[in-house]
Amino acid sequence: MTEISHDLAASRLASASLVGAEAADAGPLGKVYSVVTRSPLATVGATILLTWCLLALLAPWVAPYPPNQIDVALVADPHPSAQHWLGVDHLGRDILSRLIWGARTVLTVAPIAVLGAVMLGIFLGLLSGYRGGMIDVVIMRVGDTLLAFPKIILYLIIIAKFGASAFNIIAVITLSSAPIIARIVRGVTLDIKNRDYVAAARMRGESAFFIMFVEILPNARGPLIVDFFLRLGYTTIAIGVLGFLGVGLPPPDPDWGGMVKEAYGMIFVWPHMTIIPSLAISSLVIGANFLATGLREAALDG
Amino acid sequence: MLRYSAKQLLNMALTLFAVSFLVFALNELSPGDVARKVLGPYASQSQVDYLTVQMGLDRPVLVRYAEYMGKALAGDFGDSVVFRQPVSALMFDRLGNTLLLAAISFAVIVPLSIVLGVLAGMRERGWFDRAVSVFSSMCASIPEFAMGVFLLGIFVVWLGWLPGTSPLRSDTGWSLWMQFVLPVLVVTFYDAGYLIAMVRSSMVEVMRQPYIRTALLKGMSFHGVVRRHALRNALITPFTVILLQLNYLVSGLVVVETLFAYPGFGRLMLEAALTKDIAVIEAGTLIAVSVTMLTQLFGDLGYMALDPRIRV
Repeated sequence: MTEISHDLAASRLASASLVGAEAADAGPLGKVYSVVTRSPLATVGATILLTWCLLALLAPWVAPYPPNQIDVALVADPHPSAQHWLGVDHLGRDILSRLIWGARTVLTVAPIAVLGAVMLGIFLGLLSGYRGGMIDVVIMRVGDTLLAFPKIILYLIIIAKFGASAFNIIAVITLSSAPIIARIVRGVTLDIKNRDYVAAARMRGESAFFIMFVEILPNARGPLIVDFFLRLGYTTIAIGVLGFLGVGLPPPDPDWGGMVKEAYGMIFVWPHMTIIPSLAISSLVIGANFLATGLREAALDG
Repeated sequence: MLRYSAKQLLNMALTLFAVSFLVFALNELSPGDVARKVLGPYASQSQVDYLTVQMGLDRPVLVRYAEYMGKALAGDFGDSVVFRQPVSALMFDRLGNTLLLAAISFAVIVPLSIVLGVLAGMRERGWFDRAVSVFSSMCASIPEFAMGVFLLGIFVVWLGWLPGTSPLRSDTGWSLWMQFVLPVLVVTFYDAGYLIAMVRSSMVEVMRQPYIRTALLKGMSFHGVVRRHALRNALITPFTVILLQLNYLVSGLVVVETLFAYPGFGRLMLEAALTKDIAVIEAGTLIAVSVTMLTQLFGDLGYMALDPRIRV
């Protein structure tokens, strides 16, 4: 117990292992199904996520109107009606359609950003933990420097400099999340790399690449899966926040945070224009977090 | 512990150095921008070039960086191009406002999360635990701006009990205290959601330990066990996390400050980013990073003091 660094303890607390949680006798899909349905929380979360995914996927067919179709005549009475179930915004654009199309944006940008961060983090973490020495010192030092920036400040600096675009948002989220994932993977690697089966693989003459990705990495699967969904939630929040602050994806394409920002000044007159997109983004994050929490619980039950 | 602190302080200085250089280099590699910003879009290119030379912006980045750091160490962070006044004066006011909001929020969040987290984690998967877990998970899931919109909708638009903006002026017809209610509530919901979950899971972990079972089996009352054996150990891990919230509370308030037009540090940073007010961005980043690193140092020290098993 001598050299426990607190952040390791915290990350262990935050992401208990999922290993051993799978049902033994099903295919990979069956395993996922059985883990998810074991916890009611995970079921609710997965259902919400799936619903949004389906809506986003089928947007051209399920959205009742084109998302950017302006009809100023409708602004006379923008409230929800039989033609526009969730009402229209201050330019007469159908809110439901904008939400559905906006789901497309969030559900592509957020997972890509998180996947980018996970891949970069896994690579750096494995390298850092397995190689040790100077590489380890440099990687961790650079990571610590990045983590020293409060996230939102880092976003603001980079986006102020390079402008707001989907690519820049993905890049900045990847950069700021990768160090944390690298830390999780490095912790697992340090723990595993002295095991006998790793020594055996080395003896067999396997390459360092094989040992890192095939022998060591699967051990980090559990914490990484839980972390993925938690991070998906937080990234959705981050994208929404950027949109709300006016440094998100450029208009006119629908973006949930941007929708809130555009109509925020009119909250006293037409509250539904801000409240409905706020509900949408909250529901998506709640879905991701419930799924993460449920998976962790299912894992603890073993 | 002294040696550890010294080492960490040195580390901190190095990181700050790296951060300041990064931000400086990132922002000032294209010096034409600054002069253009000062003169506006209608100035001719020769005027812009002349001012660039006069401001010394044509010199190499390293030279300008050395000069900047020299002045910064003496407390002079240059002038804001947008506000046309010294950055230090501008920061001072805004930072004070943000610290006030942060302090009030912190005073609400910490006791609330500890009480709820401990009560929930005490009886794992009891009804209270279930309720608190869902509540905290929801709170942490609702983005601050969405929570702000919901609370505004209820308390300002619908009930009319609270003011919708908090500019901290007394001429708005609302007392200063009323202006703090909504910002503090929004911050509290978002941040407490996360903290409650941390305290709870730490408490759950402690309650599963064999020594807790032993204490119960030897006939100690449940509440005695919680108070005497579990509480202290359960609060060690969240302690650091709680301290780290300080750092969210200083620089993470951008959204809340924007929602309620609160004249704070976060909104200043946002305005600076939108208008590319480089001097403000640089100084603000240095402040935010120092706050992060200081809270980390205090977290480590406090952690060691709380848990005698840990020595660095």
